[in-house]
Amino acid sequence: MKKIILLSLLVPCLIQAQQTPAPPQNESILIKGVTAHIGNGVVIENAAIGFDNGVITYVGATGSAPSGYDQTIESDGQHAYPGFIGMNTTLGLVEIDAVRATDDEDELGEMLPHIRAAIAYNAESQVVESVRPNGVLMAQVAPRGGRISGSSSVMQLDAWNWEDALMKADEGIHLHWPNPFYRGRWWLGEDPTLKRNDSYTKEVQSIADYMTKAKAHREKQNPKHLPYTAMSGLFDGSKSLYVHADYGEQIEESIDQLMGWGVKKIVLVGAHEAPKQLDLLKQHDIPVIIPRPHRLPYNEDEALKSTFTLGTKLVEAGITVAIEMSGRMERMNTRNLPFYAGSFAAYGVPYEKAVALLTSNPAKILGLENEIGTLEAGKRATFFLSKGDALDMRTNILSHAYIDGRAISLESHQTELYQRYSEKVN
Amino acid sequence: MKNYLLGVFLMMSLSVVGQTYYPTNLGTKTKESHFQAFTELTLHPQPGETIENGTLLIRDGKVVAAGSQVKIPENSVVRSLPGQHVYASFIDLYTSFGIDEIDPKTTRGRSTQYKANQEGGYWNDHILGDYQAISDYSYNEKEAKIYREAGFGIVNTHREDGIHRGTGVLVALTDEKSENDRILLSQSAAYYSFSKSKQSNQSYPSSVMGAMALHRQVYHDANWYRTGNSPTKDLDLEAVLNQRSLPKIFEANNKLNVLRAAKVSTDLKENWIIKASGQEFEHLNSLKSYGNSLILPLNFPKPYDVSDPALLEKITLGQMRDWNQAPTNPAKVAAAKIPFAITMDGADSPDTFIENLRRAVAYGLSEKQALASLTTVPAKLIGQSESLGIIKPKAWANFIITSGPFFELDSKILDHYVKGNRHRINDAKQLDLDGTYTLQLDTHALELELENSTQEEEIELTVMEGEVEWENTIKYEDGQLNITLSNAEGLSAILEAKVKQPGMLKGTGIGFVGDPIQWNASLKEEENKERFLVFKPATTSYPNNGFGFKKRPQQVRILFKNATVWTNEVEGVLSNADVLIGNGKIIAVGTNLSDTTATVIDATGKHITSGIIDEHSHIAASSINEGGHNSSAEVTIEDVVDPDDIDIYRNLAGGVTTIQILHGSANPIGGRSAIIKLKWGETAENMLFPNADPFIKFALGENVKQSNWGSYNRFPQTRMGVEQVFVDYFQRAKEYGTEWTQYNQLSARQKRYTTQPRYDIEMETLWEILRGDRFISCHSYVQSEINMLMKVAERFGIRINTFTHILEGYKVADKMATHGAAGSTFSDWWAYKYEVKDAIPYNGAIMHRAGVNVAFNSDDSEMSRRLNQEAAKAIKYGGISEEDAWKFVTLNPAKMLHLDDRIGSLKAGKHADLVLWTDHPMSVYTKAEKTLVDGIVYYDAERAKTQLEKIAEEKKELIAQMVQAANNGMTTQAPMNPQKREFHCETLD
Repeated sequence: MKKIILLSLLVPCLIQAQQTPAPPQNESILIKGVTAHIGNGVVIENAAIGFDNGVITYVGATGSAPSGYDQTIESDGQHAYPGFIGMNTTLGLVEIDAVRATDDEDELGEMLPHIRAAIAYNAESQVVESVRPNGVLMAQVAPRGGRISGSSSVMQLDAWNWEDALMKADEGIHLHWPNPFYRGRWWLGEDPTLKRNDSYTKEVQSIADYMTKAKAHREKQNPKHLPYTAMSGLFDGSKSLYVHADYGEQIEESIDQLMGWGVKKIVLVGAHEAPKQLDLLKQHDIPVIIPRPHRLPYNEDEALKSTFTLGTKLVEAGITVAIEMSGRMERMNTRNLPFYAGSFAAYGVPYEKAVALLTSNPAKILGLENEIGTLEAGKRATFFLSKGDALDMRTNILSHAYIDGRAISLESHQTELYQRYSEKVN
Repeated sequence: MKNYLLGVFLMMSLSVVGQTYYPTNLGTKTKESHFQAFTELTLHPQPGETIENGTLLIRDGKVVAAGSQVKIPENSVVRSLPGQHVYASFIDLYTSFGIDEIDPKTTRGRSTQYKANQEGGYWNDHILGDYQAISDYSYNEKEAKIYREAGFGIVNTHREDGIHRGTGVLVALTDEKSENDRILLSQSAAYYSFSKSKQSNQSYPSSVMGAMALHRQVYHDANWYRTGNSPTKDLDLEAVLNQRSLPKIFEANNKLNVLRAAKVSTDLKENWIIKASGQEFEHLNSLKSYGNSLILPLNFPKPYDVSDPALLEKITLGQMRDWNQAPTNPAKVAAAKIPFAITMDGADSPDTFIENLRRAVAYGLSEKQALASLTTVPAKLIGQSESLGIIKPKAWANFIITSGPFFELDSKILDHYVKGNRHRINDAKQLDLDGTYTLQLDTHALELELENSTQEEEIELTVMEGEVEWENTIKYEDGQLNITLSNAEGLSAILEAKVKQPGMLKGTGIGFVGDPIQWNASLKEEENKERFLVFKPATTSYPNNGFGFKKRPQQVRILFKNATVWTNEVEGVLSNADVLIGNGKIIAVGTNLSDTTATVIDATGKHITSGIIDEHSHIAASSINEGGHNSSAEVTIEDVVDPDDIDIYRNLAGGVTTIQILHGSANPIGGRSAIIKLKWGETAENMLFPNADPFIKFALGENVKQSNWGSYNRFPQTRMGVEQVFVDYFQRAKEYGTEWTQYNQLSARQKRYTTQPRYDIEMETLWEILRGDRFISCHSYVQSEINMLMKVAERFGIRINTFTHILEGYKVADKMATHGAAGSTFSDWWAYKYEVKDAIPYNGAIMHRAGVNVAFNSDDSEMSRRLNQEAAKAIKYGGISEEDAWKFVTLNPAKMLHLDDRIGSLKAGKHADLVLWTDHPMSVYTKAEKTLVDGIVYYDAERAKTQLEKIAEEKKELIAQMVQAANNGMTTQAPMNPQKREFHCETLD
């Protein structure tokens, strides 16, 4: 049995393009003396976490932990969290925003349910490796653009290739609900004020037609319609429909219509005005993936911190809430996901519930609640240790992170440059 | 200008004067010399003067006499007009009457156009100084009619195109006779604006600040040209010189641009008459101090359609106030004693113009001032006080005859005489009969409801007997009313009347049994004929939006007790410490302080820091880039500070107190910066940090190479070219400086025999840099270019003050330290373009350890409100101590801006710019509770909260007003939510 003191930082001697994915867990490990944030609202002080073969075997008081682990780690009072899950990300789909050749997020066309994000996911992206050291260990990777952007998949962020990274393939389809309002494009000289969108009804009708046909389509049909085939899981509940909508009336109409078309699992994404539809969301148990709080309010008159208090309003109403990443510089900002949860906590979400925004809630939305999202025996050993509160940038300093029990590298292209140039400067 | 056919002369009916020296072959050359006399009038010879029972005598297009004791010559045609009023014709100084609009040149090439199309004139196509509107002007009867119907008999017209628009023409709007009579002045005024010509795609200037700089440069160039030192001809500059004695009219059109025009005008002592926006009441003190005369439009916004709640809630209180307060503008400008004329520009019809004019009076503008602004004021501004805008002997006989006092709602303009020629506007006999009348015919009690009685075609009559409607026909022309009536039972009647007075219809007709009858119908009750309501105007706040202050906050004396105080001084972080401020300064920092006069704030458990300083911001500006040239050192952000930007308040809520608004990164040499304090509610001028060292933005890399958008024809396209841009400009600036230095050393006598160098604002700015009087903050990314610029600077004996962004600073931190450059970077941005591929969040830490003064900046209107959290990332990435990390957003940027003697730490004598935090200032959970600038509480979390309720209250009130307005028949506009643009370095204007 080996004993490792945590605080030592392993510095790689070689500069390499990417971090090497960690090998499978080959010995059982017990980590002692952690503050365990279970992910479901519960926190256990002075806890121990045991895991073997990639699966958690024990979570509970350090004193009651079973013995017999190959390796024991004294955590020295660190905080343990289930691996954070980024929702509606484009991680691995774009490497450098301004370089078109590296951009694989938005396919040509409007109705593209058969487009699959998973296969374009670049497991060797330098951006992906830069988000892990902050605790983001898994991500829903989704395409962008169009009316139906395509299918998203859940990936773990330490793998040789997309296939190894896959946790759940094509689990959902992303629909952008038509906007009842319209803004002219100022750069084309159009009037940029917000007005009623005259073609709204027509746009909704075109979704209705598409949905009706998709529902009527049978897999054995000849010729087989590939996009409709991709939609079939929506009607038997094997896939989720992620509907992107911000305005109150959009939310109301989209949910009403989607249920009418027989879509079984609906998840709302964006939802700046979700507080207007709390009853509806509660009544149908619709989860909501809210945008980053680090946005400006829509209006000059809006509460200064409206984007921060959105989380509180939904969480207090008992809705299942997670955080999505779409927006400016979204790939690189995925590493700030923990701080988004921290910001929601600052404006009223109780701390452990803020942790749940990144863990058990997204796990539940993704239908992976039996595998990830909490620190519980039987679940995947995908979690990390931070020297302090992982939702606060001052103290989010990771010492260990595991994906399926594999001790993954917390280094990156960036830490290597840091090392190299620190040596040069000193 | 067209020469009208002789046929026009044939149609003339009255007072054929013509041109005495013109030959005629159509008859004998007899001259008519009648007088025209108008008697029994109420005469308003000039604003404020009324003569009852007056007489107006005119001949040959001019006033001969006006008054109560006018002797009427025998050869007079007399019109007796009892009850009618006469006013001088109005004058509109801002029109494009008779000038065709320009078809915009829409074809755009693949790349931006940098070179001018025009030859012989100025280097910039938007300077159209030598244009003369007279060359395109031609009289337009249809347009003239519209102006006359609104009361305007004289218009000053010009072509609305360009930054310098050349000269305008003063025209009398008479359909009679020829252009010889109409054109009063062929070069009446010079016109200007900030808007580019539609005839050219030349890129410069791409921003308002560029247009301001261009105005200044043209002014200096004209002065220089006058000395005869230009080696070449410049027709525009010659024209500009010729126009110096003309009245100058500047179209500004939005409230901040009005102030900007006033500022440039004052700088150049040009005394521009500014065509304003209609929102001048928000900035009266500033406008008053500039001293320009204004031309006010009366195009008051329509109330919003309130029937769509979802859309309605997206319009802002500011927009609602725009509607509610606009009619108060003329009255408030008048009360501030700012001289102004009124224009019809922007009004959709003569009726709405007159309605809005009356509305302005109903909202407090005196009738005397209203008339003056339409007559004597514009006449004076155009230098025609003796002949226009007044009814007195020898003035042109330009006047309107109205059915009653002009400002009464029922009054109509009946005739409009221009140069003595009569133009009929409304028929005096055609009275407004709208209303419900009762008519007893035999045993039948009828109700007649008349609508649209003044519009012959549209007149409508509804006849009711109780619940039963009668069929009818109606005709009302020339005061003659004819009605036929019939009901289902076969009864019919014919009624006829000559209407003499409103409210009473009586005449003859044929009754139900076929006999002649006498009938009369009287107005049922006094109908409320008011067509507009006067709503209670909302209080104007500073700035005039939801979060503005009703009263500007004042300096306070405060003692904060028992806080954790981050001094940024050798004392470090003090626990249980007190901070005393007063008179805008920090008085003391320490423990157990007491002060009997100060308000004591218990800050137990809270933290106090100096205010956050953002070295790189783009909020609070109306434009950010002048990318029309690869150097734009002549522009300054100080010209375009937008003090109303809500992001100022949002930044205060994040603890920010001072920002440097940098020019963008569209070109290697950008514009000068503005360093402002976030004094929410103050004017742009008052926000500028007093006595701050001046800075300028430079830029390197992909943006200045235009790598990420399709532009391929501007030098430089590579980093190699970027270097040469700097070398070239610095070299030229050096030579420019030498030339001026030598010239300035000459004696006055020598100067007379020496060519004076041309004054060049761009070169002046660069010369300041070379003299060490202006400092560079340079947008930069990769190590090669950073190193290059330091070497170029060293070659010219200067130092790069700050590299901003500087994401590869960590690779050359040692060189930066040696050079003495500071690094203002992002905490963790990267991967957004190729040149930030190697950007690392440890950059700040490495530079700091190498001895570089490091700051974290925002370049982003959202992130700037949580720079405290960005500072915390220096602790996470690279292990910087908490105290040092905090200095990244306070003391260090203060040093970069050379302001650390005044701000950046908590020390007695420094500015009281500080923040009271609920928690550790770098915690993700902390919130700014109060933010003070110069000892004034500009942000208070509690106020922000109650303010939301007040916004909601006021919106409710204004929505109720709009419901009333709509129900009262006012035309509405669809609610629209304006998009606020966020600026970043790359924003191209």
